[in-house]
Amino acid sequence: DIDGVGRKYHLELVLEDVLHKDSTVNCTAEVLYHLGNKNIAPDVQFTLEGELRNTDEADNIFYNRIKSLEKELVAENIPDSHGNVSPEMQPVHLLAWVASGYVIWQNSTENTKFQLAQIKRVKQVKRSDEYLEFDYMILLHEMVSQEIIPWQMTVLWHPQHGVQVTQDSRQPKHAPE
Amino acid sequence: LQLDFWLAPRGLRHPVDIRVPFPSLQPLKAHLEANGVSYSIMIEDVQALVDHEQMEMLRSPRRLPLSTSTFNYDAYHNLDEIHAFMDLLVAENPNLVSKLEIGRSTENRPLYVLKFSKGGTNRPAIWIDTGIHSREWVTQASGVWFAKKIVLDHENDEGLASVLDKMDIFLEIVTNPDGFVFTQTQNRMWRKTRSKHSGSICVGVDPNRNWDAGFGGPGASRNPCSETYHGPYANSEPEVKAIVDFVKNHGNIKAFVSIHSYSQLLLYPYGYTSTPAPDHKELHQISEKAVAALSSLYGTKYKYGSIITAIYEASGSTIDWTYDQGIKYSFTFELRDTGRYGFLLPAKQIVPTAQETWLALKVIMLHARDHPY
Repeated sequence: DIDGVGRKYHLELVLEDVLHKDSTVNCTAEVLYHLGNKNIAPDVQFTLEGELRNTDEADNIFYNRIKSLEKELVAENIPDSHGNVSPEMQPVHLLAWVASGYVIWQNSTENTKFQLAQIKRVKQVKRSDEYLEFDYMILLHEMVSQEIIPWQMTVLWHPQHGVQVTQDSRQPKHAPE
Repeated sequence: LQLDFWLAPRGLRHPVDIRVPFPSLQPLKAHLEANGVSYSIMIEDVQALVDHEQMEMLRSPRRLPLSTSTFNYDAYHNLDEIHAFMDLLVAENPNLVSKLEIGRSTENRPLYVLKFSKGGTNRPAIWIDTGIHSREWVTQASGVWFAKKIVLDHENDEGLASVLDKMDIFLEIVTNPDGFVFTQTQNRMWRKTRSKHSGSICVGVDPNRNWDAGFGGPGASRNPCSETYHGPYANSEPEVKAIVDFVKNHGNIKAFVSIHSYSQLLLYPYGYTSTPAPDHKELHQISEKAVAALSSLYGTKYKYGSIITAIYEASGSTIDWTYDQGIKYSFTFELRDTGRYGFLLPAKQIVPTAQETWLALKVIMLHARDHPY
């Protein structure tokens, strides 16, 4: 506890590559939850002890595939009710994971535990520049309240410039199936 | 106007989608036009679409299983298929398995329990339930697998055979059938029952907050629209009341296991208080052994502890009640995974999940057999 400021946690974690389970990196982090105002995201400082796996090849394949689509990508329910994610949709799913991580961070307190539950809908938005843009409607599962929260997020991505969430907003519970 | 926003307002130049009830059409149109707001109609008649989809779903029914050997354990099934499976299992093993109806759900669906018994009268028993929270699909699917496993192993597996020599096993596979059907037809993420309450448009009660143990205390919600709504009073839900009545009438249940997903946890009482359960040391030791057995198969990591320390404060939960009734070996599982797929666990993980969980269940069952009380 830090008087007048908030509560700080010191963490030692191991990052595991979801796609390559034997690829792990140690990490230390400090997370500061602010006192009082629950509308401020926690401060996070971290140090990676090692390097993350290089994903340039897969990134470029995905980037070029989307760039060359005739019609903008549209998809629903990823994963579907049975947990399936088609190979073509896997990168779209992974991108949502990364982007939802940002949304989760911005909305976390010491009393929340969010997970991405599902992508209800994703629509590619045409852009004239080199970025890819996706408009996602996702469902977040909040573990403590057990609520399923629909959330809209606009995601920009480029292989060299990384991921950006340019806009996000919590949706009312009766968002469409 | 009872407008139902399907895409909520979020800023300038972003569209808003609204489902408009018929009586509100004219007033809304007038309002938009008066304010120079342009609109277009995306769906003329939502009800017609819903009706059509329903019709489509009924038109191409899935084929029911023909035997429990050809049943596909690697897939998720609907309620009819699971009921057909149960009847087949009984028909194929009439000397071991029988089907009991312990009550009816809010929407009048039967609440079936499979009884596995080698004889005797009112033997000490083990209870297992799956699917109390309907969206936790890997649990009902595991329940189906457990049923078949008991039949397959009841003679050749030493441990299981010795358990059944002395004890009966009761297995309720679809503990919340109304919720289950709802997850199949309307909302895959539905958790609660489907009971309606006057004074609220919201439906359903959290069946794992509806038990008479710390009922209504912190760790449950009194808001009917909440996912953890405890209900108007303890045992208000027929799905819960049926089990309560069964347990009380049976009077000889010695182990009670309620299965959920996800988080990979093995939990024992209490959830409604941080006072340790009198038997917590023993329950902790059993948990340690059970989790080790589970991990031995595929390396799946579980944590264990009391509900309140390992997960969160929860009042009115199942195993707090069963424990306070005197059923010492009361446990709750949270099965795979830890959030990557969550409730939407891929079907190919059903069997591995069921297999590893079964090893943990056997530890609990054997302990109950070896420590009569």
